[in-house]
Amino acid sequence: MTIDAARSLPDLTGHFGRFGGRFAPEALMAALDELTTAYETAMADSAFRAELDHLLATYAGRPSLLTEAKRFGAEAGGARILLKREDLNHTGSHKINNVLGQALLTRRMGKTRIIAETGAGQHGVATATAAALLGLECVVYMGEVDTVRQALNVARMRMLGAEVVPVTTGSRTLKDACNEAFRDWVATVDDTHYCIGSVMGPHPFPMMVRDFQRIIGVEARAQVLELTGRLPDAVVACVGGGSNAIGAFHAFVPDEGVRLYGFEAGGSGVESGKHAATLAGGSLGVIHGMRTYLLQDEDGQTLETHSVSAGLDYPGVGPEHSWLHDTGRATYEAVTDAEAMDAFALLCRTEGIIPAIESAHALAGALRVGRELGPDATIVVCLSGRGDKDMHTAAEWFGLVEGEGPAGA
Amino acid sequence: MSERSETMERTEGAPARTAATAFEQAKAEGRAALVGYLPAGFPSYEGAITAAKTMVEAGCDVIEIGLPYTDPLMDGPTIQDAVHQALTGGIRVADVFRTVEAVAATGARTLVMTYWNPVDHYGVDAFARDLASAGGSGLITPDLTPEEAEPWLAASDACDLDRVFLVALSSTDERLAKITSLCRGFVYAASLMGVTGARTAVDTGAAHLVERTRKAMTQGSPLPVGLGLGVSNGEQAAEVAGFADGVIVGSAFIRRLLDAPSPEAGIDAVRRLTAELAEGVRR
Repeated sequence: MTIDAARSLPDLTGHFGRFGGRFAPEALMAALDELTTAYETAMADSAFRAELDHLLATYAGRPSLLTEAKRFGAEAGGARILLKREDLNHTGSHKINNVLGQALLTRRMGKTRIIAETGAGQHGVATATAAALLGLECVVYMGEVDTVRQALNVARMRMLGAEVVPVTTGSRTLKDACNEAFRDWVATVDDTHYCIGSVMGPHPFPMMVRDFQRIIGVEARAQVLELTGRLPDAVVACVGGGSNAIGAFHAFVPDEGVRLYGFEAGGSGVESGKHAATLAGGSLGVIHGMRTYLLQDEDGQTLETHSVSAGLDYPGVGPEHSWLHDTGRATYEAVTDAEAMDAFALLCRTEGIIPAIESAHALAGALRVGRELGPDATIVVCLSGRGDKDMHTAAEWFGLVEGEGPAGA
Repeated sequence: MSERSETMERTEGAPARTAATAFEQAKAEGRAALVGYLPAGFPSYEGAITAAKTMVEAGCDVIEIGLPYTDPLMDGPTIQDAVHQALTGGIRVADVFRTVEAVAATGARTLVMTYWNPVDHYGVDAFARDLASAGGSGLITPDLTPEEAEPWLAASDACDLDRVFLVALSSTDERLAKITSLCRGFVYAASLMGVTGARTAVDTGAAHLVERTRKAMTQGSPLPVGLGLGVSNGEQAAEVAGFADGVIVGSAFIRRLLDAPSPEAGIDAVRRLTAELAEGVRR
């Protein structure tokens, strides 16, 4: 693959090969066109870019650190593990990178209200934060199941002035929160921007969110070169919708010697049927405005997903990941709940860093890749978020609460 | 009702079962057509067929059979409830074709309204073939616009099926021209910005949208324009019939079935609502 081929995607109609596109109601077409134009002119406007860069540097805390994890690396076949610390960003995850961009665009388009879907609550918290900063009205849709397992983030969003709407339809998780946000948007598109939190949805979202997130890989690539004098052997990230992974991968896509690994939520194991590993167990289809791989039954009905991680509990995946999967440029594997929670504990105990459960999937993947590549390998792991929000789940899993035995360990 | 189809003249060059003929017949009677929507499998497989046949008997000219889908992101709570009930009841795509067959046998033009993934997954060509064999007139596709419709354009041509795309209040004149040029059967005008569901008042932008849609059809003979999203009673049906070629009603029928104390009472309520709407389009 040439550098040009990687950089030129998607095409003008939002396609990454046979993936992506725009499968959306006609009522949204004008808004999607408006957004595409607004995004393109904004990115060509040096004042817009300067304002975004300023916020990323003075508000979000970029560039994020690259931390060497020596004690963790000893468990990963002795490989040199470098953590890209998106957990240290303001609001505690990579989500702020995208949200600041989209919030500035919202204001630029003259819209006064911003809505979002959220799974783990990280994107919701980031959106509520940016809305508070820019004085925008904010509504966040969150599956009822997730409002329970990520209660802390619900409180954070409300504290920031956002309205959090628990979604009680379907499986009551991320997919249903997306449905509800789309329903809101169709009715309010005149004054509202739907701030999609991942590299998914109809064009231009997969492209735009990727562009806002690619700073992760751009920084990491320069930091690794500075630190080691060469490119890494592998870049590893977790994949739900896939925004931190695309962000981490994109700058490395033209570097053919760098292996790219995405780790999806394997739940109780892909063979159990209780998982969210779209690329490992899915088939081609259309969901939430895009053509991509998804988990569906023989009638094309979306399957319920299962994962200990609310942020990865999604039946689709960003179309660019489907393309990277098909072309073989990136490798996608599943990590089970148990493997992820083991890696979660391991990072806590070896490095004094509590990762998000989503990011723990990447860490589990890094253990696998490190043991395969051996002690000479350098591996960049995108530590996409911090785990404060997951203490309730972790305490239950490991039996850390008085009077309660371990639930999953 | 079987006499109705026999009296319909086939428009030259148009598909044999096109819904356009139902609109033309209504127009010849000096009124708008009444289009009723119901998801297959709701309130049960048999119940949906009975309800749809009742709608035909009581005055619906065209029936839209909804294909229940797990992620109906254009639909409000009423249709979501109905679709959920249908899926929980085990409705399959094959049942949707059987429902179409039973309803189309009455002579009423019968289309399937569906989100795109179930068709995509079934295979567009196979879906078109099986819909045509069941006697269906075509598809209404709320989340498929002409940009992504190439395989469906080919399949609908091959199987002689109507293809009904939606136009919206926010559609530009350029888009209206493009969309209407690819529609066959009729054009579905979504009169409100928002999801499906009964509304208390018909949006004032609706008449303007119908007018703009008609103006956009400059090539060939113009297609009828049906207006949907929000009509729930005879009064509103009469109002919409004043400016559109067809009045599309969905959620209000479902509401009658959801609220009924028994299946029989639900059918009675559907019959009464159809009669009221049919009277409305004749005012």
